[in-house]
Amino acid sequence: MNRFAFLLDRLSYEPRRNAKIRLIADYFRETPDPERGWALAALTGALKFRHAKSGLIRGLIMERTDPVLFDLSYDFVGDLAETVALMWPGEPRANRTPPLSEIVDGLATTAKLDLPKRLETWLDALDETGRWALLKLITGSLRIGASARLAKTAVAALGAEVKPDDVELVWPGLEPPYEDLFAWVEGRGEKPFAEDPAPFRPPMLAHPLEDANFRAFDPKEFAAEWKWDGIRVQASAGTDGEGKHVARLWSRSGEDVSEAFPDLVEALTFDGAIDGELLILREGRVQTFNVLQQRLNRKSVTPKLLAEFPAHIRAYDLLFEGGEDLRELPFSERRKRLEAFVAREANHVVDISPLVAFDDWDGLAAARLDPASAGAGDDAAAVEGLMVKRRDSPYVVGRPKGLWFKWKHDPMTVDAVLMYAQRGHGRRSSFYSDYTFGVWREAGEGQELVPVGKAYFGFTDEELAELDRFVRRNTTNRFGPVREVVHTEDQGLVLEIAFEGIARSARHKSGVAMRFPRVSRIRWDKPTAEADRLESLEKLIAEREIA
Amino acid sequence: MRPEDLLIPTPKGLYCPPADAFIDPLRPVDRALVTHGHADHARPGNAAVMATPETIAIMAARYGEEFCRSRQPSPYGERQKVGDVAVSFHPAGHVLGSAQILLEWKGFRAVVSGDYKRAPDPTCAPFEVVPCDLFVTEATFGLPVFRHPDPAAEVEKLLDSVKLFPERAHLVGAYSLGKAQRLMLLLRQAGWDEPIHLHGAMVRVTEAYRALGVDVGETIQVAAAERPKLAGAIVICPPSALRELWARKFPDPVAVAASGWLRVRARARQGGVELPLVVSDHADWDELRRTIVDTGAGEIWVTHGEEDALVHWCGTSGLKARPLRLVGYGDEGEGESAGEEDAPSS
Repeated sequence: MNRFAFLLDRLSYEPRRNAKIRLIADYFRETPDPERGWALAALTGALKFRHAKSGLIRGLIMERTDPVLFDLSYDFVGDLAETVALMWPGEPRANRTPPLSEIVDGLATTAKLDLPKRLETWLDALDETGRWALLKLITGSLRIGASARLAKTAVAALGAEVKPDDVELVWPGLEPPYEDLFAWVEGRGEKPFAEDPAPFRPPMLAHPLEDANFRAFDPKEFAAEWKWDGIRVQASAGTDGEGKHVARLWSRSGEDVSEAFPDLVEALTFDGAIDGELLILREGRVQTFNVLQQRLNRKSVTPKLLAEFPAHIRAYDLLFEGGEDLRELPFSERRKRLEAFVAREANHVVDISPLVAFDDWDGLAAARLDPASAGAGDDAAAVEGLMVKRRDSPYVVGRPKGLWFKWKHDPMTVDAVLMYAQRGHGRRSSFYSDYTFGVWREAGEGQELVPVGKAYFGFTDEELAELDRFVRRNTTNRFGPVREVVHTEDQGLVLEIAFEGIARSARHKSGVAMRFPRVSRIRWDKPTAEADRLESLEKLIAEREIA
Repeated sequence: MRPEDLLIPTPKGLYCPPADAFIDPLRPVDRALVTHGHADHARPGNAAVMATPETIAIMAARYGEEFCRSRQPSPYGERQKVGDVAVSFHPAGHVLGSAQILLEWKGFRAVVSGDYKRAPDPTCAPFEVVPCDLFVTEATFGLPVFRHPDPAAEVEKLLDSVKLFPERAHLVGAYSLGKAQRLMLLLRQAGWDEPIHLHGAMVRVTEAYRALGVDVGETIQVAAAERPKLAGAIVICPPSALRELWARKFPDPVAVAASGWLRVRARARQGGVELPLVVSDHADWDELRRTIVDTGAGEIWVTHGEEDALVHWCGTSGLKARPLRLVGYGDEGEGESAGEEDAPSS
């Protein structure tokens, strides 16, 4: 366990991708089976323990420490595993440090009632770093900046001729601790059979159009389509060696999200791979991201949820058809194949994302400003801009230059007043980085601020340090972890908030809800009395409803 | 009498009416009692300043000889009358010259700790327990997650890394007053005999330490043109310099930082630190609690830092405690080093 904890510790501080790969590959070289296989499983998120959960950890720490002190510490550190690892009042004992394989086995097989005792013994035996690594395993999110893809790349680096994609292809047929995989990449064994008929293929990404001098391009060489405001996914399906049909839904970063979308996966009866957008459709109408988020937020997938939030894929591209790899073909060719494919499959959960016709860049600019009249119709509210793609572009992994562009709507902005702040989690933990902001509205004799949203990104690290200092120096009240920050007509801080959409909301006191709000500028210069009013937000909603 | 007759928290800092003096005032006042030389406690522009001779020397080195109109040096342990109050300074173990201030008035004893630590530090006099009725304590690291490890072991990590990457320069971000010199001596104790390279911002205070008798061995101010040649060297700089263009001219620099905050991983990552050394000049959770008990004080005021947890602990231990919520302390590194030792305190 010590060696694995040391690896995680190093990874968590190492910013460079190549150095991370080297650290992981070195670990695989130095560590015997099955120990390294369990580490690979941990890094790729393949370990799931039925009884070992965050709640168990909380229970243990509450027994050993003062709950108030725990809450204050957790609020500061912003990470459960780390807080407990640091606070654990371990007494040094002559305990043997358990190897990773013993811990994984113990977590998987120990009866629920015996688990707390077992975990306590381990926590007492390990040092801080070891405790942190163990608790990270249990909470299931390592958050050390090493993705599954990175770990697989490190596995490939062990072999002379193995590419990361080769590992990706055999991966779904494998089980931890992956002894056959290591044997193969190290040239000691056969390539594991069971190639996955529904693998993940890294997607092609676009550059912002603003960065390119696009008016110099010939519009005839480009096609345009709507950029839907959902989640980019890959629907991959095929038949394995034993004749069984397999379908999977992958996220943009290669996470298998099939379990959350059984309604989609069971309908993927085709043989191929589609790149598309995951959306919620009700009676044929695309719902806003707000609605999709409500489905994503639910932990358990119930029949009621499926009926209320029917998931749908709007296809952008076709990567594979049968066993044929289409990715080298130009976009225009793939598009024809996609049209035929979708028409032939006549699948109720998959439809095609229409192209947007345009003659010149001005025409496209007009479509971007008014998607409703340019073909998006009733679905215009779910359009977040345009994708502009070279007609001759092959499907290239990553973000190649000069082929695909995204041309998003300009964000809307509002000048709001900082009202409350709370400490953040993850990268921003221990700084006051979650800001509740408000705008003015009439109240009796004068006016009052009403909170309209929360923003927790958009600023640089330097700006965060300044904001944090402002909050600490201008606190007027505390409600548990929340600090009230001075906000009167002549004192306080104005934040320019950018956001992608705005809608009426019964859940918010102000009656409005913003999509994707973030701090676009800190207006140190602007008096709070000159911040925006609620009426201007209501006007924005009204304008969108008319559109 | 009540403790509030002797000490009152005000927006300018802690005020002592019978002495008509402020302790570590945040704005210029007529009479200031200064615990130590860090910028958030020792500010220029006061009319009269009473502090230890070392603190006065440090203030003069940082702000120039004109930092106040009149100086009253007060060596450790010496009692001087200020108004009706007997004032004496006692070692706080935080940085060179740092002191706790004892106020005696009508048989009542109050100690204002300033910043302090109990861990050994070769650059300054060790903390002394001063028995009192009211103890006004800092709480920078007032959470049970903060337990500072052995600093020698932390410095060993740096030397291991220097051995592992002799082709790279190790840039160590550290606050220029106290932390930097402590690191230099820790490195010397660990056997590092090479010259230690210093960013320009480190030089003045290091010279002041030298003049006050703290021998940190050979140091060299980094010349701009020399930077690419410093493979294998240890360079001490302000934490903010790690992210500046200045740092990029060194051969494949390793970003190291020394601070108590680095016990929290996100802190190190926020600062782009690759090798965090948990070395702090403040008391950790255990030291804070031990010190409160050691003073025998019946009443505890918590000035700045993580007050809530410490006040809560006092309550569960049967001690009367209140948070003062003084703002303005905890930015020792401001201007010099955003995100340094005291940046996120309350």
